[in-house]
Amino acid sequence: MISRLFKFHGGIKPDSHKSESADFPIRPAPIPPQLVVPLRQNARAIAHCIVEPGERVLKGQRIGKAQGALGTAVHAPTSGTVVEITNRPMAHPSGLDTRCVVIEPDGEDRWIERHPIDPLDTDRAVTLAHLRDAGVVGMGGAAFPSHIKLGDGTGIETLILNGAECEPWITCDDRLMRERAAAILDGAVILCDLIGARRIVVGIEDNKPEAIAAMRAAAEPLEHAIQIVPVPTLYPAGGEKQLIKVLTGIEIAHGRLGSAYGVQCFNVGTGHAVHRAIRAGEPVVSRVVTLTGNVSNPGNFEALIGTPIETLLPLAGPKADTNRYLLGGPMMGFALPDLSVPLVKGTNCVIAASDALFPPPPPELPCIRCTSCARACPADLQPFELYWFSRSHNFGKAQEYHLFDCIECGCCTFVCPSHIPLVDYFRFAKSEIWARERDIQAASEARNRFEFRNFRQEREKAEKAARLAAKAAETKAKIAKEPDAPSADPENSPADAKKALIAAALERAKQQKAAIEPKNTANLSPETQAEIDEIEARRQEQRLPELESTPPGPDEGASEKQEPVR
Amino acid sequence: MLSALLIMAGIAIVLGAALGYASIRFKVEGDPLVEKIDAILPQTQCGQCGYPGCKPYAQAVANGEADINQCPPGGEDGIRALADLLGREFKPLSEEHGVEKPKSVAFIDEQTCIGCTLCIQACPVDAIVGAAKHMHTVVENLCTGCELCVAPCPVDCITMEPVRETVENWKWKYPVVELRKVA
Ligand code: SF4
Ligand code: SF4
Ligand code: SF4
Ligand code: SF4
Repeated sequence: MISRLFKFHGGIKPDSHKSESADFPIRPAPIPPQLVVPLRQNARAIAHCIVEPGERVLKGQRIGKAQGALGTAVHAPTSGTVVEITNRPMAHPSGLDTRCVVIEPDGEDRWIERHPIDPLDTDRAVTLAHLRDAGVVGMGGAAFPSHIKLGDGTGIETLILNGAECEPWITCDDRLMRERAAAILDGAVILCDLIGARRIVVGIEDNKPEAIAAMRAAAEPLEHAIQIVPVPTLYPAGGEKQLIKVLTGIEIAHGRLGSAYGVQCFNVGTGHAVHRAIRAGEPVVSRVVTLTGNVSNPGNFEALIGTPIETLLPLAGPKADTNRYLLGGPMMGFALPDLSVPLVKGTNCVIAASDALFPPPPPELPCIRCTSCARACPADLQPFELYWFSRSHNFGKAQEYHLFDCIECGCCTFVCPSHIPLVDYFRFAKSEIWARERDIQAASEARNRFEFRNFRQEREKAEKAARLAAKAAETKAKIAKEPDAPSADPENSPADAKKALIAAALERAKQQKAAIEPKNTANLSPETQAEIDEIEARRQEQRLPELESTPPGPDEGASEKQEPVR
Repeated sequence: MLSALLIMAGIAIVLGAALGYASIRFKVEGDPLVEKIDAILPQTQCGQCGYPGCKPYAQAVANGEADINQCPPGGEDGIRALADLLGREFKPLSEEHGVEKPKSVAFIDEQTCIGCTLCIQACPVDAIVGAAKHMHTVVENLCTGCELCVAPCPVDCITMEPVRETVENWKWKYPVVELRKVA
């Protein structure tokens, strides 16, 4: 039993707004008239499409193959027909397009043949590949492939199951733990065995007593060392480093990951997905999503991946004064650029927002260096310094101040008395730095290619010169051997040798020409020959004066005309 | 007085010897400054700086022959980085060398291309593939956008297209600072 809990630096206590949606059981969302399944599940990996328009697919059939180091597979969420493979806006703050498979459901929801596996007598690599091909990714939001997080199965002591769900409004993990605790813990046990950890610690914020009770009850019969630990409600207790700190006391240094300290975190939703993939052979084709905010009927819905958000919203009944929708929580989410974007594996919440519920922030004022932000920052950063550097494009300095340890939790923005949208500046600075990294990478590749091209051109030149030299030497040797060569001693007089070479070449050319003389002048009848002769004579006569007038003399001119060889 | 002078002279000689030795002992192959400057340049090899490529320009900057504001593809950021490296003042891009443009890549109209291979010969980074008398095409993510292939094309089928924004290269925008309301 964990004797005491630790406290992470900073944190805030916003209104939690959990009760709105937490009290209703998970309801299945109906199959929408059209599903739009993005092949891309996050900004880093895109699956390779393996279906064609017009093809019939079954529920759970693979439609996208994992590719790349961080790739996972994508599946048809229900049975139906692929109508289109096209670009559609994706659930991303940019609202940019990505490749999607559009499926028209047939309403039968018929499963493909499912293959459960027994992880105890399956090779570890095979199990990891099974997870990849079942499209199991982190269900907490980042959609990072779980099989990658499992690493090589060594060096991890503690597996932390993250049920903190610290962000206001969101309750999908809460409901999942209340209703499917056994499945979640079974998934956690599978993950624990795969990663080689010795114990499982489940961290749940103490504002979810029902979930804690359900998980405790489910953990009772299991033999594994499982601890269900209520953690104090303090945003962002569900941040990876923060939860590790609270549960184990381990302070993770700037720029390091939990895995370097023998701790790995998985979301409770991921545990559930792993259980489905292994025990039932069912890939990730649906998830639980919270619909809440300015709606008349908030709650949690189990929806198919690829369901357009706009077809989900009527389930919750947004009120009339809703003017925008947030994807994810109010602290870390973003405003939906387009309501047609589909639900993806990382979508945990859609919040209907109105100006009454989420008043727009008052205008930004200058920073007064009050350090409230630094006191609130759970990553122990100095947001006001980072703000200053990001604002002035001084990205090198921002990196020195550990910009990349910022988890974009929004605590600093929340407390700032000057209403500075600090996180927006940090996101801006991070993406600028990434863009620069890409440019540097591209430049060094271009440099390599340019240098290789120069090297290749030099090499080709050298090879050509070598070939020519070899040929010249060969010819020289040949002429030297020939007894009737025009010059007696070609070796000793280079000029003669050259002349001889030219003569030889001319001779060869003449022979070649003779060999390819037009065939229609051979075997002519005497009459035709006579006729030709006559014409030739006439031609000669007419040409003569003209030739005489050309300076070099008729002979040379004529010979040139007759021998246009080369 | 004399002893002080002697001591100072002695120290000077010893340090001088040490420095001299160090300069021989730790001699670096190649010119590190040129390498550092070259690492900042965008490697487009477009020649807009007035030198036949990025390396020669880096060499010229290192020798003090060229100014730091002659590379249009590097843009203001590049000039800033060079100014930082060399401890000089930032100055805007010199107009005679060109203007900073959004990054583009070459695009060959495959219907018009006659397969003359002239563009292949012009491309400094081998970003164009094709064979004689066959249609050519640009490998988009290798193209640096130097525009060197545009002029040689006899049928004018190469155009420069701005790079499309995708989820991978999308960037968060600089937060818009709202004008403060006068209360
Ligand atoms: S809380 Fe706001 S005003 Fe205070 S130091 Fe941080 S950025 Fe500046
Ligand atoms: S958003 Fe970043 S800087 Fe601000 S409080 Fe959170 S971790 Fe700290
Ligand atoms: S202008 Fe810039 S990119 Fe072009 S060759 Fe010169 S240094 Fe390289
Ligand atoms: S394809 Fe054209 S624009 Fe692109 S790198 Fe090659 S020569 Fe330059």
